[in-house]
Amino acid sequence: MAATDTPVTVVPAATDARTRAVAFMARRHRFRIWEAVPWLLAVAAYFLFPDRMQFGSQVLLMVLFALSLDLILGFAGIVSLGHAAFFGLGAYTAALLTLRGGWEEQISGLAVSAAVAAIAGAGSGWLLLRYRGLTLLVLTLSTTIMLQELGNTLKDLTGGYDGLPGLTYKPLLGRFDYDLYGHVAYLYALAVLFVLFMLVRMIVHSPFGQTLAGIRENVARMHAIGSPVHRRLVVVYTIAAALAGVAGALFTQTNQYVTLGVFDFDNSAGVMVMLILGGTGRLYGAFIGAVIYMVLQDYVSKLKFTFWGLDVDGPQYWQFAVGLLLVLTVLFARRGLLGLLEDAGKLFAREHRP
Amino acid sequence: MTAALAIRDLNKNFGALPVARDIRLELPKGARHALIGPNGAGKTTLVNLITGVLRPSAGAILLDGDDITALPQAARTRRGIARTFQINQLFRGLTVLENVYLAVAERMGASPRFWRPAGAERAVIDQAFAQLEALRLADDALKLVRELPYGRQRLVEIAIALAQHPRVLLLDEPAAGVPSSESHLILDVIARLDEEIAILIIEHDMDVVFRFASRITVLVAGAVLTEGTPQEIRADARVRAVYLGEEFPHG
Repeated sequence: MAATDTPVTVVPAATDARTRAVAFMARRHRFRIWEAVPWLLAVAAYFLFPDRMQFGSQVLLMVLFALSLDLILGFAGIVSLGHAAFFGLGAYTAALLTLRGGWEEQISGLAVSAAVAAIAGAGSGWLLLRYRGLTLLVLTLSTTIMLQELGNTLKDLTGGYDGLPGLTYKPLLGRFDYDLYGHVAYLYALAVLFVLFMLVRMIVHSPFGQTLAGIRENVARMHAIGSPVHRRLVVVYTIAAALAGVAGALFTQTNQYVTLGVFDFDNSAGVMVMLILGGTGRLYGAFIGAVIYMVLQDYVSKLKFTFWGLDVDGPQYWQFAVGLLLVLTVLFARRGLLGLLEDAGKLFAREHRP
Repeated sequence: MTAALAIRDLNKNFGALPVARDIRLELPKGARHALIGPNGAGKTTLVNLITGVLRPSAGAILLDGDDITALPQAARTRRGIARTFQINQLFRGLTVLENVYLAVAERMGASPRFWRPAGAERAVIDQAFAQLEALRLADDALKLVRELPYGRQRLVEIAIALAQHPRVLLLDEPAAGVPSSESHLILDVIARLDEEIAILIIEHDMDVVFRFASRITVLVAGAVLTEGTPQEIRADARVRAVYLGEEFPHG
């Protein structure tokens, strides 16, 4: 290229557009500064609430559970009201490994739980993902209920609704035993969540993740461009099942007990409510939604006061609080609380533009 | 020479209703073939049969001499059949670039990859962008499809189909719903399409049909009424009868 006398170089518009297009695609998966916020808060919580760490670890594993639902619901558009099936399978795998198999090492226990849930996800996904919408909703729901009933029939193995209490595990990494305050459990759950969160983050920004968005946006067109839609859905469903299985296994390991309650409809519905509260298809919506849901549940459950002659007794009213929040979200913040934050961020950016 | 696309005695029934009756059609390589007929003649049904959305009740579909009648839609696409839709079927919440990216990634086999970011697939991005440039959509690359005017959206329909590098392209009323002030944009694109591609175009505008097509098939009630050159079709009394009152043939 010959140097020109004038400092102004004429760039053809198309080349300029190409540069912007390439930059746009490269920017999509870049880490944003605000992404550090939830992780920093999670670490801060460790120091701020040292006596609430057992509860904290439950919040974190629910974040993982909600994240696994986001992968199929938010990104691929698969609606499921039976996601607790994989949580429950993971939870029971982790329990039976130590109880019947004498396998007390926890991290490999997570891996086995993930594998069991993944196999169940692949099999049920292959069968059920031929359907969509309401049909799929009912099929996933009924499959999970059947699984729960199966567990109830096999009381000797599962302990039924009384569950399997008093499970024992080897200290983590051979050194860190669970303490009374749940400090180890919290850090363990946080580490697992962080690793898997980054894995999901990688998946949704990949070409595979892009095809999921395509399936969500227009499945007819995906067929027309030659995408093996069913196979893609089964793959993502399997991954999501494995993640839910890990969340379930964490539940068993950190509580050291499990009951058939993990298969409850409440668990499937609850995780969906968390995700809708936080915002679907945004990764961090799972984070915000699960934290708010769990903290609200914890806080309102302890409330006891009289309001206009009405005795408000926490445990009865916390679902009212969540329901109210859900209605408000659906009415005024269709993209969840994270969507609301995004809008606020955009507004802020606009007002501060020079 | 074997035809790029050959349809042999194709039949399709929806229950007792025949929607395709003994349809025969041949598109040689580089064909410019128009499919016309009144509403409900079964034109879109034929496109759905060729692409594999629907399975025929009887008959065969051959692509370059290979029988593809039993192949699923995705396999037919990989072998080189692409289509556009009469009513837009786009990824409305994604950018124009991402819309075409998906088609290119699928063709290049990049779609199953989950271990690297979509933005790192430079070959896919470059080809997708080149496709947009070819249709003069480059400046809209980063806009969401749903924010585009309808005419531009119709171009995205064509861009996705072309990004599949088809050997046979089925255009289902490509200018439908586009205001006449913009329809020339789409017709120009169609006129400039690669001469190697065999094209079947469904169109109601007879000006477009006579300008574009070298052969025309007239479909009525699921069956081929006649096939011929534009001159032959223009002169055909039966075709005139079918189109009575629809200003046929124009000028």
